[in-house]
Amino acid sequence: MKRHFFLIGALIAVFAFFWPAGASAQGSTPSDDDVNRIARELYCPVCENTPLDVCPTQACAEWREQIRLMLAEGKTDAEIKQYFVDYYGARVLAEPPRQGFNWLAYLVPPVLIALGAFVLVRALRDWVKPGVTEAGTGESEPPADSAESDEYIQRLAEELQKRR
Amino acid sequence: MLAELGFGVLVLTFFLTLYSFTAALYGEWKRSEAVVESARRAMLLTWPLLTLSALALIYLLVNNAYQVSFVYEVTSRSMPAYLKATALWGGQAGSLVFWAWLMSAFTSLVALRKWERDRELLPWVLVVAAFTLAFFLSLIVFFENPFLRYWQTAGGNVLRAVFQPANTLPFIPSDGRGLNPLLRHPGMVIHPPMLYLGFVSFVIPYAFAMAALITNRSDDRWIRLTRRWTLWAWLFLSLGLVLGGRWAYDVLGWGGYWAWDPVEIAAFMPWLTGTAFLHSVMIQEKRGMFKQWNMLLIILTYALVIFGTFLTRSGVLSSVHAFAQSAIGPMFFGFIALTSFFSVGLLIYRWGSLKADVEIKSLFSREALFLFNNLLFMSVLVVCFWGVLFPLLSELFTNQKVTVGPPFYERATAPLFAALMLLMGAAPLSAWGTASARTIGRALWKPALAALFVTAVLFFTYTRHPIALIGFFLIALVLFVTFYEFWRAARARTKAHAENILLAFWNLFGRNRRRYGGYVIHISMMLMAVGILGIELFQRETQGTLALQQSLVLGGYRLEYRDIARFPGPDSREVTRAVVDVYQGERYLGQLYPRIDYYPEAQQNMTIPGQRPTLRDDLYVLLVDWKPASSSGATFKVYVNPLVNWLWLGSLIFLAGILIAAWPERERSAEQ
Amino acid sequence: MSVQQQKQGVPLWAQILIWLSITGLLVLVGLGLIRAQRPMVSVGSLAPDFSLTLFDGYTLDGASSLKLSDLRGKVVVINFWASWCKPCEQEAATLEAAWRLYQPAGEVVFLGIAWTDTEPKSKAFLKRFGITYPNGPDLGTRISQLYNRNLGVPETYFIGRDGTIKHIQIGPFASVSQIQALIDRLLAE
Repeated sequence: MKRHFFLIGALIAVFAFFWPAGASAQGSTPSDDDVNRIARELYCPVCENTPLDVCPTQACAEWREQIRLMLAEGKTDAEIKQYFVDYYGARVLAEPPRQGFNWLAYLVPPVLIALGAFVLVRALRDWVKPGVTEAGTGESEPPADSAESDEYIQRLAEELQKRR
Repeated sequence: MLAELGFGVLVLTFFLTLYSFTAALYGEWKRSEAVVESARRAMLLTWPLLTLSALALIYLLVNNAYQVSFVYEVTSRSMPAYLKATALWGGQAGSLVFWAWLMSAFTSLVALRKWERDRELLPWVLVVAAFTLAFFLSLIVFFENPFLRYWQTAGGNVLRAVFQPANTLPFIPSDGRGLNPLLRHPGMVIHPPMLYLGFVSFVIPYAFAMAALITNRSDDRWIRLTRRWTLWAWLFLSLGLVLGGRWAYDVLGWGGYWAWDPVEIAAFMPWLTGTAFLHSVMIQEKRGMFKQWNMLLIILTYALVIFGTFLTRSGVLSSVHAFAQSAIGPMFFGFIALTSFFSVGLLIYRWGSLKADVEIKSLFSREALFLFNNLLFMSVLVVCFWGVLFPLLSELFTNQKVTVGPPFYERATAPLFAALMLLMGAAPLSAWGTASARTIGRALWKPALAALFVTAVLFFTYTRHPIALIGFFLIALVLFVTFYEFWRAARARTKAHAENILLAFWNLFGRNRRRYGGYVIHISMMLMAVGILGIELFQRETQGTLALQQSLVLGGYRLEYRDIARFPGPDSREVTRAVVDVYQGERYLGQLYPRIDYYPEAQQNMTIPGQRPTLRDDLYVLLVDWKPASSSGATFKVYVNPLVNWLWLGSLIFLAGILIAAWPERERSAEQ
Repeated sequence: MSVQQQKQGVPLWAQILIWLSITGLLVLVGLGLIRAQRPMVSVGSLAPDFSLTLFDGYTLDGASSLKLSDLRGKVVVINFWASWCKPCEQEAATLEAAWRLYQPAGEVVFLGIAWTDTEPKSKAFLKRFGITYPNGPDLGTRISQLYNRNLGVPETYFIGRDGTIKHIQIGPFASVSQIQALIDRLLAE
């Protein structure tokens, strides 16, 4: 009886010692890298603007444990992220989710940039004198290399002179 | 005693700046040279006074004067003296004093210059500068006074006041709380001052621009006067950003240098407008066009400088950089509203008189390309501004907090930066006035071919990542174009002046510092781009818990965990340091020492990486976790950051380039 | 281009647009500032309403979720905690002991809200300290946002029978009698 007790104890000890290593060799326990792959794209409210994979607080460590747990349960990356969004709100995502009001985050910059480009192009159309441009291109026979170089020297000298 | 003195001097300086402001206005109104002169002298006095006040505060910091609340909050007995002194900018109140001190130094420098030729601008420059300085001083005097001391009432309550309230006794804590461990790093000693320098020195060109608007001088005199200022301001701002990145890389243990944190972006935004300004002023200098646009850019830069300061200090945003929530938010807000309404109003009022005939001969002329450059910088600004603002909006309208993080900014800005690089490749080849697609194409095809060749080589030897290849092509293109420009110009000089090529090359810099310094900056930017592409696209990481003698393998490296030791470090840290052997294949490369520094007073851990930098990559090892009780080993996180050291190399060349561009030149006789 | 045209100012529509957008931006930033600077719900103000879904195994009056406003007429003690927070461990037993004093009379309700905590850890914590009063997660961090508490955990809000906040405790409780004193005062009102 007593021997049995010791044997079981030893077995448990041996098992406890080898189990984590053995399990990770089998691949059933998610590795740190798997956890970080998801954590990198999440943000916890305790350390705002710091990705979860590098946040050092205890709260974030537990979030990472939660990811590990869910991975071990066989959840997909998307399911895990969705769980975090449901549990802690949209702020855990690296970007606002593309829905409702948040579309503004994605639509306003391109619209403004397009507007700016439109204004600039319109203005340039007014400013560029077509006659001059045509004359500019019309005159330019491809000159020989030496001619180009002379032209360049002259232009450069002129430019360097012009600046005060 | 010293605290009262420091505070008294601050109050005196505050009134002095108010006087300078009023006297400059009054002198201008009454056309009295003497009154304006007294305003100028009052301004000159502020610098020695603020120096005195700052020195008093530093003396208190270094000498453990914990009866002063600011000293109590940012220092502790165990901190080394240099950190105690630089704790000046480790807290809100002290950093405001430092800011005001810098501001007065710059304004004094401006006031000291010879004013004969631009007498009419002087009073207005003083008005704008004095107003800004008075604002910052008022924040210190009324809201964030670093000289408050602790007093204990009979009831045991502790109060804060400059002068002893009735029925109280001085209260002297035996030790301070100590500086935030994040800030106890040599990088932190220089990163904030550089940023402040950059921020503050942009006030000067703004003051000149306002002076020019008010006096209705529509020429480019203000630009010529502040050209070098702007370059220096830009230098400091850029250095501040780079140093901040380096500090983050070395201390924060993110394996990265830039996290698109709102406060980082707040410092980046004035850099964007400032960079656009540096380019677009050249159009005005050469062609006399787009005066309004330049005004708008400098106003924007100033507004963004103040806005950035506001974001960091008001508690509107939460971030690693933010100071504690503070009462100065509303004051800042009022100041931003006032200055932006005033400057924009003034610009609108003078719009007509700034108008010049715009004539652009070709879409490929240098002025047109500069306009596209400005459009792109503004676009990046729009993305950044919107990204910073959106969480505020979302909370206001939907009551939902959201994070706008790196993926948002990276996706939006990457094509814009690529387009900027393309411009950087084309613009140096175009000419002022006339240039056509053909002339540029003729000059561009050789560098483009060479760049294509480099890309092909990279394709077969290094990477097949399409974005990386596009990036490397653009980088190579810009580099070849820039070298080609150097070579063309140097060769032209050898012909024209019969100089040998090396001498000609050297003389180029003397001939037009800004142009060729600018090209060196382009080169440095491309080296930085190499580093950014490398770490963004090819970063690899792994994490694992190791027992002694076990190894982690990543990117051709093998790291073997050899040893761990725990010992008390300087600055009252508890250091846990691991020893890791690094092998590449079977070759032994050396040891790395990642460590965890624990600061007991702040109960905070700092994870300091062990780094092995090479031009090819940076091996970056973090000791993530180690529990003294468990025998299961230590957890390491390993990053391989390819090419990232090109970023730091590029920043050194950047420094060289901007020194070339901004170094004072002898005034030549041509300038009259 | 004539001289007349050249000296034109900014067209009126553009001016209006510029002023509107500047004002708009300023208003936004100003509102954000007000929001950021708003003090945490203060003593004397009405406690913001929220609904709380309880952890499995916890009920209040037989229901597995509750609304704060339904508890009007009782004294409510709302405790924000997290399993990773050391001071929360210190006070957990104290809170539970206080709850057991008041539970029979039904005049006082204790609510525990787990903040940025993971579900298994929260449950393990509750089990470890044998917590019996209703507890639930702060789903979507909505409740903590209402109470604008971002100073840390633990924080405890005492709400009077009239639904207003009577006392805010930052940090852990030292003893049962400390909690008793606060509650008895509210019960007497």
